[in-house]
Amino acid sequence: MTLAREPRLPDPDGWYAQLMAAHRDLDEAASRQLDAALVVLLANHIGDAAVLAEALALARAAVSPAGAAGPAAAPAR
Amino acid sequence: MRLAPPLFPYRRPAALDRPGPEAAPLVIVGAGPVGLTLALDLARRGIASVLLDEEDTVSVGSRAICWSKRTLEIYGRLGLGQRFLDKGITWQRGRVFHGEREAYAFDLLPEQGHEYPAFVSLQQYHAEAWLVEACTATGLVDLRWRQRVAAMETLPDGVRLRVATPDGEYQMQAAWLLACDGAHSTLRAGLGLPFLGQIFHDRFLIADVRMRAAFPTERWFWFDPPFHPGQSVLLHKQPDDIWRIDFQLGWDADPEAEKDPARVRARVARMLGPDVPFELDWISVYTFRCRRLERFRHGRVFFLGDAAHQVSPFGARGGNGGVQDADNLGWKLAAVLDGRAPESLLDSYDAERLPAADENILNSSRSTDFITPKNAAARAYRDAILALSATQPLARPLVNSGRLSRPAILTDSPLATGGVPAAPAPDAPVLRDGQPDWLLRHIGAAGDGFTLLAFAGPGVPPAAAPPGLARVVVSQEETPGALFDHAGLAAARFAAGPGEAVLLRPDQHIAARFAAPELAAIAAAHAKALGHAP
Repeated sequence: MTLAREPRLPDPDGWYAQLMAAHRDLDEAASRQLDAALVVLLANHIGDAAVLAEALALARAAVSPAGAAGPAAAPAR
Repeated sequence: MRLAPPLFPYRRPAALDRPGPEAAPLVIVGAGPVGLTLALDLARRGIASVLLDEEDTVSVGSRAICWSKRTLEIYGRLGLGQRFLDKGITWQRGRVFHGEREAYAFDLLPEQGHEYPAFVSLQQYHAEAWLVEACTATGLVDLRWRQRVAAMETLPDGVRLRVATPDGEYQMQAAWLLACDGAHSTLRAGLGLPFLGQIFHDRFLIADVRMRAAFPTERWFWFDPPFHPGQSVLLHKQPDDIWRIDFQLGWDADPEAEKDPARVRARVARMLGPDVPFELDWISVYTFRCRRLERFRHGRVFFLGDAAHQVSPFGARGGNGGVQDADNLGWKLAAVLDGRAPESLLDSYDAERLPAADENILNSSRSTDFITPKNAAARAYRDAILALSATQPLARPLVNSGRLSRPAILTDSPLATGGVPAAPAPDAPVLRDGQPDWLLRHIGAAGDGFTLLAFAGPGVPPAAAPPGLARVVVSQEETPGALFDHAGLAAARFAAGPGEAVLLRPDQHIAARFAAPELAAIAAAHAKALGHAP
């Protein structure tokens, strides 16, 4: 399987608003932990190592384009 | 108070009073669990050794306390298994706590029908004392206490040693040298070998606490408990009312100040509450590395245990990995010294144990990364996983409080035939002449240590073994001389039906499988497992 790259969210603005609402009133550490919990839940739902690796590489490249071939390209440890 | 540790007598070596170097076929340096296990394994195979140790007693403190199922099976083969079971604390359940709550519990050996449990907790000093006793009883282990290697020189056919004793130095020429001298190996330094890897910026306090407590016999691991906030704590029960507690301290802790008994006492009291009386038996502060030598064989010198590789303590992979090194090398050395195998067989020690060490280093490094988050992201993930794990079983596989030692599978062994993974043979309950028995008790003991495990059933006879190869028959029927697989577990665990056969090595690892066994193919696999070129 490969990562779905076409837009799939039925209500993008609604989902974004939900995400922001979940973070409201959280300090930075709690916010980080919320995102981490979300990643764990979604990663488990996906359950496909290749899709997860592809998503991780894409996310890493989005944060640091020059680093696309850097650490994130290595297998996750 | 603890019983006084045994004192082993120093004896003035005869070589001090003789000219020229003493010739010794096989010298082991370091009488810790690994060196002693190797000496005992060799002696069981009829090979004599000289064992040098600079001390004259057993280990101080509990040190390696968790003896894994595979290690217990090895000690079973060496005749000490029952002592571990009788004295040690058997456990197979673990609990993980996060903050004030239990996150989840796990069972390491949910399956019945094994002679040995997942783990036995036992102080290293007890194991060492028994190993010394067993080595001495063989009459083949020349234990030399208070003797240390002061200098070494490698030769094409051995090693020249200068051995220091309380009465001065003497020279020894060893044909084979087995370095079991621990993490600070002087032999490793003597050869100038790089010992590279990762250092972890964290410190841990170990306390052996004597108390009567009602904790169950389980491995308890706390992340961020109220009595030791922000850090982790690990608790194991040991025999003699001793409890081993590991407190994570963080990198900034002052190791000297943390060893102050009053300070340790306060930490333990916070954990146990004000009403539990206890005594401190041993205190140590440690930091650790995960690293290994590039190769474990250097000509006539072999490195085993912590001298060859070091891991973090999470997962009990140090001592157990070292005992498996000895298990792997003992029969190979014996076969080479007996002239039954070419010297090149010994290269398979590297081929098999380097990947095993890497597996241990990988697992223990990952545990340490989880337990000691290196940055805010790692901490957020760890805490999120722990928080989720209390209610969401999906998160529990991610909780890493130590991936507890499992035997190496030896996937790419050069000694295996047909690409079969050289995994340790599984145990199974059997009946022998109507009496309960265990399959593994019959593997690796007879002849050259190789065994053909031949499966039989109604109307299907067991495969024949070629000359010189011991055979053990496992039958679906009660048959004289055979092991009766009354529960069907031997056949199931080996995935072998009547008429099939499995060739097992002296260390009880699988060398080959035969769906339609033929004498020539079995003999060829036997020869290959002994390092003979096809």
